[in-house]
Amino acid sequence: MLVNNFLLLGAVLFCIGVYGVIVRKNAVLVLMSIELILNSVNINLLAFDRLHGGNDGNVFALYVIAVAAAEVGVGLAMVLLIFRNRKTIALDDLSEMKG
Amino acid sequence: MVLAADVQPDIEIAQNIGFGIIAAVMVIAAVRVVTSKNVVHAALALVMVMAGAAAQYLLLAAEFVAVTQVLVYIGAVMVLFLFGVMLTRAKLGSDSDLDNAKAWAYALPIALLLLGVLVYVLVAGFEDDKIGASGSEPVAGRTSAISDLIFSAYAVPFWGLSFVLLAAAIGSIVLARKD
Repeated sequence: MLVNNFLLLGAVLFCIGVYGVIVRKNAVLVLMSIELILNSVNINLLAFDRLHGGNDGNVFALYVIAVAAAEVGVGLAMVLLIFRNRKTIALDDLSEMKG
Repeated sequence: MVLAADVQPDIEIAQNIGFGIIAAVMVIAAVRVVTSKNVVHAALALVMVMAGAAAQYLLLAAEFVAVTQVLVYIGAVMVLFLFGVMLTRAKLGSDSDLDNAKAWAYALPIALLLLGVLVYVLVAGFEDDKIGASGSEPVAGRTSAISDLIFSAYAVPFWGLSFVLLAAAIGSIVLARKD
């Protein structure tokens, strides 16, 4: 199989994820789009692992999965905190840092 | 009749058909994740994408990562997402207030430009490199080799990762508890 099959699939998923991060207003949906991006990165890592031989890419992918799990946990805790204080998770409403 | 597989015996038709079907399902589900007007439907589409990714990992002979993907993403992360949807009182059914108004007008060009650049670079850089062509066919079951790597060459990042997970767990509890 061509390695480009997997790399192009990863590129398409990455761009869909970037689109979702920009276009979504609901914070939970933005986190879901970030998960799409992380999954596309994992596909790339494993494709390169298979291209070059060795098992290092698998280890990288496992570490990415672990970091992504930690990120979702902390991210959703922050979203819950924002919801408790503001009664909304629309990202447009969080504009205190605008100068 | 001359089949392409007769001319090039290493073309792997079955794998390519399987890849194409799974990839099409993944892309459609991914588009549903970012366009659905229903939060729960977006979460279920994300399950489809992750299951498809696990299948692609199996095609790449990475069975341990595929199982981990199913356990961690479909098992744990999706439960977290559905709890997040529930606790933020998301409207059940269709919700028209999930997207930034008019954001697609600049999000779509950015995403397409990025896709164009990535596709150009990948096609120019890896023209028709084949995976598994470097004479390194993986032995059946790479899990023991992966565990050897984790506990030898990548032991220090593994050790650091345990602290990251511990800090994330404690941090989430501190952030989310009520008092």
